[in-house]
Amino acid sequence: MPMPRFAVIASVAVAVCAACTAQPVAPDAVPARASFDPALIAKGAQLATIGNCQACHTAEGGRSFAGGRALESPYGTFYTSNITPDPDTGIGRWSEQAFARALREGVDREGRHLYPAFPYEYFTRLTDEDIHALYAYIATREPVRAENRPHELSAPFNSRALVGAWKALYFKPSPFQPDPARDAQWNRGAYLVNGLGHCSACHSPRNSLGAEKKDQLFSGGDAEGWHGPALNARSPAPVPWTADQLFKYLRTGLDDAHAIAAGPMEPVVRNLARAPEEDVRAMAAYLAALAGPPSAERLKKADAALAQAKTVSRANGRGAEVYAGACAACHDRGREAGSGGALPLALGTATTLPTSANLLRIALEGIAPPDGEPGRAMPGFADALTDGQVRDLAAYIRSEFGRASAWTDVDEELKKIREERK
Amino acid sequence: MNRRGFIARGGALVVSFSLLPRLAGAQAAKLPGSLSKEPMLDAWIRVGADGRITVFTGKAELGQGIKTALIQVAAEELVVEPARIELVTADTARTPDEQYTAGSQSMQESGTAIMNAAAQTRALLAELAAKRLGVPVERLTIRDGTMNGVSYGELVAGQSLHVRAQAKSPLRDPMTRTVMGKPVPRVDITAKLTGQVSYVQDLRLPGMVHARMLLPPSYGARLRALDTAATAKMPGVLKVVRDGSFVALVAEREYQAITALRVLANGAQWDERANLPEPKEIYQKIRTLPSQDSVIHENGKSGAGAAMLEAEYRRPYQMHGSIGPSCAVALYRDEALTVWTHSQGVYPLRDALAELTGMPRDRIHCIHMEGAGCYGHNAADDAAADAALVARAVPGRPVRVQWMREDEHGWEPYGPAMLSKARGRVDASGKVEEFQYEVWSNTHSTRPGPAGYLAAGWHVAKPFTPPPPRAIPQPAGGGDRNAIPLYKFAASRVVHHFVTEMPLRVSALRGLGAYMNIFSIESFMDELAAAARADPVEFRLRHLEDPRAQAVVRTAAERFGWATWKKSPGRGRGFGFARYKNLAAYTAIACELEVDRDSGRLRIGRVVAANDSGDVVNPDGIANQIEGGIVQSTSWTLHEAVGFDRAHITSRDWGGYPILRFPDLPQSVEVHLVNRPGQPFLGTGEAAQGPTAAALANAFADATGTRLRELPFTAARVRQALGA
Amino acid sequence: MISLNVNGKTEELDADPATPLLYVLRDQLQLNGAKFGCGLGQCGACTVLVDGRAVFSCVTPVSTLEGRRVTTLEGLGTPEKPGRAQRAFIAEQAAQCGYCIPGMIMQAQALLERTPNPTSAEIRKHMSGNLCRCGTHMRILRAVERAAREP
Repeated sequence: MPMPRFAVIASVAVAVCAACTAQPVAPDAVPARASFDPALIAKGAQLATIGNCQACHTAEGGRSFAGGRALESPYGTFYTSNITPDPDTGIGRWSEQAFARALREGVDREGRHLYPAFPYEYFTRLTDEDIHALYAYIATREPVRAENRPHELSAPFNSRALVGAWKALYFKPSPFQPDPARDAQWNRGAYLVNGLGHCSACHSPRNSLGAEKKDQLFSGGDAEGWHGPALNARSPAPVPWTADQLFKYLRTGLDDAHAIAAGPMEPVVRNLARAPEEDVRAMAAYLAALAGPPSAERLKKADAALAQAKTVSRANGRGAEVYAGACAACHDRGREAGSGGALPLALGTATTLPTSANLLRIALEGIAPPDGEPGRAMPGFADALTDGQVRDLAAYIRSEFGRASAWTDVDEELKKIREERK
Repeated sequence: MNRRGFIARGGALVVSFSLLPRLAGAQAAKLPGSLSKEPMLDAWIRVGADGRITVFTGKAELGQGIKTALIQVAAEELVVEPARIELVTADTARTPDEQYTAGSQSMQESGTAIMNAAAQTRALLAELAAKRLGVPVERLTIRDGTMNGVSYGELVAGQSLHVRAQAKSPLRDPMTRTVMGKPVPRVDITAKLTGQVSYVQDLRLPGMVHARMLLPPSYGARLRALDTAATAKMPGVLKVVRDGSFVALVAEREYQAITALRVLANGAQWDERANLPEPKEIYQKIRTLPSQDSVIHENGKSGAGAAMLEAEYRRPYQMHGSIGPSCAVALYRDEALTVWTHSQGVYPLRDALAELTGMPRDRIHCIHMEGAGCYGHNAADDAAADAALVARAVPGRPVRVQWMREDEHGWEPYGPAMLSKARGRVDASGKVEEFQYEVWSNTHSTRPGPAGYLAAGWHVAKPFTPPPPRAIPQPAGGGDRNAIPLYKFAASRVVHHFVTEMPLRVSALRGLGAYMNIFSIESFMDELAAAARADPVEFRLRHLEDPRAQAVVRTAAERFGWATWKKSPGRGRGFGFARYKNLAAYTAIACELEVDRDSGRLRIGRVVAANDSGDVVNPDGIANQIEGGIVQSTSWTLHEAVGFDRAHITSRDWGGYPILRFPDLPQSVEVHLVNRPGQPFLGTGEAAQGPTAAALANAFADATGTRLRELPFTAARVRQALGA
Repeated sequence: MISLNVNGKTEELDADPATPLLYVLRDQLQLNGAKFGCGLGQCGACTVLVDGRAVFSCVTPVSTLEGRRVTTLEGLGTPEKPGRAQRAFIAEQAAQCGYCIPGMIMQAQALLERTPNPTSAEIRKHMSGNLCRCGTHMRILRAVERAAREP
């Protein structure tokens, strides 16, 4: 889920406004289900899981693909659109040409620029075959009549014209270029991670205009108030990831030596559980190669973390007391993963990140598997702990388990979360 | 039980022997309900000289409202205000032995016994009053514990009710009832909702200590080494009790026991074996394990005709999942053991504890105290046995054993995984010409009695061998409960494959095999109805001869608006019916369901049930049980399956074993009762489980044209079934 | 010593500061309302109010409660004079085994204190963290609606 940050200066917008519009594609009813090969629809379904299409285009408790999910951003709230083939409120009059253009060029059927909340920056790399399959899948969903809710953006971001300016500056439609020096699995992984998977959208830093910093790809980014940890050599994971561990994590949302998927990553792994296994393996292999082999120093730190994970915490102080009474029942030794135990925090990536955001969000909001699906469940402590107690707890966890210098953004992040919960 | 004790303590109560019913006649006829097991009236009812009335039942309150219903029955027949009655439930020193509170039998057994005993007591009192007042019995005015103004207490002064029950007592005319048949508020609810001592978990005895169990990480795991040095130094820790692989830690305070147990667990080394089946192959495994096969029903002759429809259904291991993990308090003093327990059977538990501890049975006293709802045989008895063993190690101090959530999830005996296969065909007239059904299942009862059915019995150094499982015979049945359809088919054959080897620990879960068999058969009935191009409700009525069955089917259909229901894309309606055990309550359920095929999420709309539980004692109590059964069965049907790998149970908390939450509830649940005053009580407690699953399955098929035959209907399974 | 304000009374207690509130309530203050259900904050049987918000007492250390108001089921009313939510639950006979209901009542109380007239959807969402195994949910919903309706 990308975080659009296209702060645009008005003069820039005026200068490049010629690029603001495109021609409409003539309305054309989507073809009937019978006209698609069922195998093509099935292929599209699997690709859609990698694209996380459903998670974004479905409101909480709403009908699948009918849109309406709110995406908070610094520019206001985006509401995802209805992409069911309903002719009036969905994309039931979009031909495959219009659909492909939206994915590749970020333009809707009528020719209006789409906000890059829709990740066409990445989808532009899709092959014709994959777009063909995705269209077959989307076009054959149950049509749902649901009017699109207008975005609630502050000026000047509520102007579509500015989107054109932003695109002129930062977006260049371009197909995926395989690297012949790499093997097929790496290339497949690169295609999926950088295309449909749009992993970089959350895991790379962006400049003040909301565009990816191309020289710092995968160095860690932000999404919906969460930090997407660095996936390259700067990975903050206490224990370096292997391809197998990444595969397990992407497939199940849980790897015992690292993390549990939370926040915007949770629907991603739930979707990847349905993707073709070899595709997820390819993504894992690509990401492991991205991080490269760990240094000797990192390995040493990893050993220390693994050793600490096997001990019972014994520290004193206010934060330690909160941890002992609120967290230790699940996170300390004595209750193993096999008996539903939770991740030892010495292994948790949230404790070593540059920001306290993820730890605070997990602590305050908890972790809940989707209704009816098994997974790890953790209660949120937003109402149980005061701000002071959260600060104590965060400071304790950071030093005891993260073994790093104190966070400086706790107050700011805490305020943000409290505001959202009001 | 020591009945002389009652007489001594009661001091008050003799009915002259001239009033005794003719013994010979009474003995010859079968006595009603549990009177056949315990025929003396004063075992059931005592009237004090002060007018206080005590009623005794061997059944236990499990949250089903049995106390209220039994008090209503007694109050009605004794003609007293319910508030005058004190009810004593399952207690090996005080109440009749009615074995287990299970199988939806409490009203038939205990309710019938108390109703008849109360009626007979009233008649005895009337004869006393008539004699005393010189008025003929029929001229007495009976009102709230008085006869012509003379209180029951005065009447019984100096008399005894130690008389035999008679086969037929003068029951009150159902038309004149004032308490039975009325929605009397439950006697226990106000106390429970204001924090009074209500559960064994709330019991605090002077000097009580707290124990936590260190249960093995997996079935068959053996404790190789245990380091107790670290815990010995921890505050409040009194003792680590070890007997083989049975380990408990005792501390002064509860939280001390909890924290010390984590440290103890860290210092335990176990030898484990991967002896569970491959989860993906569990149904194949059940199908191929050795089984005892019996033809439990056969009628008509199979013949040639249309091709047979065929379908296979699956149900995973599912757990009771009580909201309160099992708990017990035990005190060992003066070579006698007292155990407060939420077991469903205090008398059989006493037998098990006698075998486990080697103590004589008469030195063990088991007292039922409520726990959280159990829905069958959960870990209640295990916790009681643990408490007994620990109490023996700390004599003189009451020991409270509280299983933790992961203990309960990991060690309770589950409802068994099952497999069934239905075959059948319809003839040209649209009736079922032939029906064949086979079901494969483990036993559904490994209740103590035997110490080998207790978790502690497996873990002690000299373990107790569980006796070979036995099938519960028809007509009630176990795995084959409700495997014989109530429908009349030209030819049918039903086979029960009783699988004796148990890969996971299993026992009775609400409804036993009925849940699965009704799910299977009622799903298949819709498949046959479709083959006959018949409406599912009309098709069922075509094959039902019992007018009471027809009545509940019609009531549910009418109240749901079956005939006028409008279909729309993604929405369907479904119907399910059964008479529980083919001899208890009748229940029909209609529901509507909406399917989101891309997320696999199901939304349940209206659910409408009709129920005939015979003579209705407390209509609100029955409605509560049926509503609860519908919601619980919805949870089983949509979400629930015990997870395991080759060694471990992996469903160890509510994250790993999700159950229904408020957002997934049906939009509404309605229950319509068909009352049959004067008819026998028909057990209600388990009646909704099967029909609910069937109605949901049929609604899904109606909505999508695709049939789900494997439980539960998780989002992933729905998506897989519907494809892209 | 830890000082706790429970149901309007100040209690001085000798307890390890990390002790979850649940055990202090049950074992030291002999209050039965909050129940042990999971000890993991997953089921809600132990729900109490802290400064008017619903919290899971099984994972709330007593050290975090100094200077804050704790309200348990017992603080809402008595058998003779049940509080508003309790009256509504009794009127609807919204219990089977009743073990989860104290937590449900506290959760409902927290909702009604902030949202006096909740919609049906708001009630379902708000109550979603509390589990019931008897299937009493429909009655619980009716009871919350009744509590909102009846003063």
